Amino acid sequence: MDVSQYLSVFLDEAKEHLQSLNDNIMVLEQDPENEDCINEIFRSAHSMKGMAGTMGYTRMQNLTHDMEDVFSDVRGGKIKIKSADIDVLLQCLDAIQEYVDNITENQDEGTEEHQNIIKALADIRNGASGGGADAADAAPAAEAAPSGGDAPAAGADGSSDYRAIKLDPSVKSTLEEAVSQGKKIYGVTVHIQESCILKAARGFLVFKGLEEIGEIAVSDPSTQDIEDEKFDFTFSLIVITDESKEKVEEIVKAVSEVEGCECGEFDLNSAKSAEDKEEAPAPAPAAEAPKPAAEPAKQTPAAAPAAGGAGGKKPVGKPVVNRTVRVDIEKLDVLMNLVSELIIAKNSLISAANTSGVSNGNVNEQIEYLESVTTNLHESVMKVRMVPIESVLQKFPRMIRDLNKTLNKKMELTMTGEDTEMDRTVVDEIGDPLMHLIRNSADHGIESAELRAQRGKPEVGQIFLHAFQDGNSVVIEVGDDGNGIDAEAVKNKAIEKGVVTPDQAALLTEKQCVELLFHPGFSTAKQVSEISGRGVGLDVVKSKVESLSGEVTVRTKLGEGSTWVIRLPLTLAIIQALMVIIGEEKYAIPLDSIQSIEDVSPSDIKLVENKEVINLRGSVTPIIRLNEVLDTESTKSPDEDMVVVITRKGDQSYGLVIDELMGQQEIVIKPLGKYTAKCKLISGATILGDGEIALILDTNSVI
Amino acid sequence: MNELRDKAEAGELIQYIIIKIDDEQYGINIKYIDNIVRMQQITRVPKVDDYLKGVINIRGEIVPVMSVRKKMGLAEDEITGKTRIIILKTGEGDLVGIIVDQVNQVLTLDSNNVEKVRYDDKKGKTEASFVNGVGHYDGGLVSILDLDAVVSEKDAKEKAQNAG
Repeated sequence: MDVSQYLSVFLDEAKEHLQSLNDNIMVLEQDPENEDCINEIFRSAHSMKGMAGTMGYTRMQNLTHDMEDVFSDVRGGKIKIKSADIDVLLQCLDAIQEYVDNITENQDEGTEEHQNIIKALADIRNGASGGGADAADAAPAAEAAPSGGDAPAAGADGSSDYRAIKLDPSVKSTLEEAVSQGKKIYGVTVHIQESCILKAARGFLVFKGLEEIGEIAVSDPSTQDIEDEKFDFTFSLIVITDESKEKVEEIVKAVSEVEGCECGEFDLNSAKSAEDKEEAPAPAPAAEAPKPAAEPAKQTPAAAPAAGGAGGKKPVGKPVVNRTVRVDIEKLDVLMNLVSELIIAKNSLISAANTSGVSNGNVNEQIEYLESVTTNLHESVMKVRMVPIESVLQKFPRMIRDLNKTLNKKMELTMTGEDTEMDRTVVDEIGDPLMHLIRNSADHGIESAELRAQRGKPEVGQIFLHAFQDGNSVVIEVGDDGNGIDAEAVKNKAIEKGVVTPDQAALLTEKQCVELLFHPGFSTAKQVSEISGRGVGLDVVKSKVESLSGEVTVRTKLGEGSTWVIRLPLTLAIIQALMVIIGEEKYAIPLDSIQSIEDVSPSDIKLVENKEVINLRGSVTPIIRLNEVLDTESTKSPDEDMVVVITRKGDQSYGLVIDELMGQQEIVIKPLGKYTAKCKLISGATILGDGEIALILDTNSVI
Repeated sequence: MNELRDKAEAGELIQYIIIKIDDEQYGINIKYIDNIVRMQQITRVPKVDDYLKGVINIRGEIVPVMSVRKKMGLAEDEITGKTRIIILKTGEGDLVGIIVDQVNQVLTLDSNNVEKVRYDDKKGKTEASFVNGVGHYDGGLVSILDLDAVVSEKDAKEKAQNAG
């Protein structure tokens, strides 16, 4: 079966399940008795196991299967989750994540078996939970001989072993009956050459051969799965026959492309039965003893009834799933581009109607109608592309939990506004910068518990992340109540690193000092720790945010903490802009960077430190003559009133002097290309209704 | 075999658009040309190198336009009725426009009749550093423009510095 077409669906769903597992296990850590949570984990693990199996990712399937088993026991009340178990479970999730990552990259799950985790999971089920998987690693030795610590059962290779076959009651009774009739029962594990192309056919031949001499009681995977090639290169079966063990081996090996087989008498007493899930490591006959850890391959027969049970007991209150369609983001990009084209065409139509003089009432009415349709269309397409920022925030609580342990600090993360929506491309890109800021807060911001106690702060450090929409932009604030940023330390470091000269540094305000942190190659971490030493500095955060047309600033107070503020535009491609004329050229200024527009008489201009300022409702506002910045001649005479566009950078307002206002317009941003990259004042260009190009001013760089 | 021999004898036939800049004729391999448009309103971009005249709108795409004259260190373009903008396709698939004084004709040259100009020959002569070959045809000689040099972000002065 060709499953590649389902790969993307598989990956999407696997990620969702992983996230849900992560969340629920975190909840479980706080509230180990939470039944909803346990059920949810069980369901997710079960679905993942099924999906992995269908896709042929055996190792992933084995791991999820064992996890499911653990929760099946928890549900049944046989064991309780202890806090030490949570670590094992989270390790298990990491391992699954690793599989998923591998599959994402090269469609292959990799070869890592994670035996230690499987063992640790088995230990949880045995109630022998002792810390993480590392402890469990040592466990087999302690568990000692009877369970066959020295018998690394064949199943441990992650595939299949007849000793691990689970028997459901009916099969068991068949086998018992056969024994009573004096027949022999052999377990056979068949290994097929890895080069074999038609595994299913080889399996079929083995079955056919054995059926000639006896009866096959059960197989693992099931006959159906073997026929569908849903197995690795190994399968096991139990055959009831009158013939000798050698005969059975001979028949199996006679099939071509069979690499080898293990055959042995099947011991009914040591066999697992489907219900017998709790089996303690009973001191069973030595070598044959089924070690709990060595049962990664048990598959269908046992799982099916378990799943049935899950279905039956499913608690009410599972939210009704929205009807959704998964759409490739590229298709949405195409749609967005078409909408952009449409808006340009609409703008052209408007200007054509005006210049050709056909604009009468009826035409205008129709154009207005068209305008409202295109605006709505644009908004709808934009909304389709919007996803809640939640998807990137989800992993942070877990990260903080882990950081608590690695940094040996006490921290708590609070997040608000997870449902704030942003363009999908922005959401995809913003994860790393946010992660870096949070790690930064955890690593450099929050003090150690002792220091906090000395400073009279609560022992547990607070890290927060607030996301909210503010007009046409989304603001994400990440901060902590930790140490804050020491501007002097930053300054000294900057001088030491040669970022600024001592003379320059002396002139810097405290705020400017702090902003040096964004300088490339700047890191105040005294030593490279695991957390901050990932080769990403704040400069990367800044450039990433700026590449998304956003900005990042920081507010800090020494001793009280710092807050990083990221401000991002809601959408990237189409914006509302104010069209202005400077000299004889047309420019667009993004509307969200404009605070107000003022008429200023030249006599109101004062000089402060040789710079022109105006007094705008009580605050001193520097003014910038855009015609000078843009090297063009103003068309207005100096004594005329000036049109000043008030914009803001940080906390300071600035006035930009323009010649004339044209009005507000919806514009489509087009990139300018590398040749004009030298010009930082311009962030892009747009095509006006008459085909003319207007450049888009980047007010931040102008200031 | 026959084909091979023919090819060796005749060489590859390449079409060149022959343009005029200042008083000199240059050939541009037609495969690098996307379009030729009349001189039109160019939107100036502030604070860029002076050879970059601005941007124009080609089928809804913003295309930078540069002056070859400026790049070669010649006098400012004189815009006449014959001035054209040749839209070139760069290696990365971007479009770049260059201003030329005139477009004369299309010339088909045998690759055997195009002599490669070696680097040594270029040295010191800024104008020549934008030429990577000389083609012979019935009417005389034509320089083949080195488009990589023309659309690169360096101009004649920087090139000369680098060469020296």
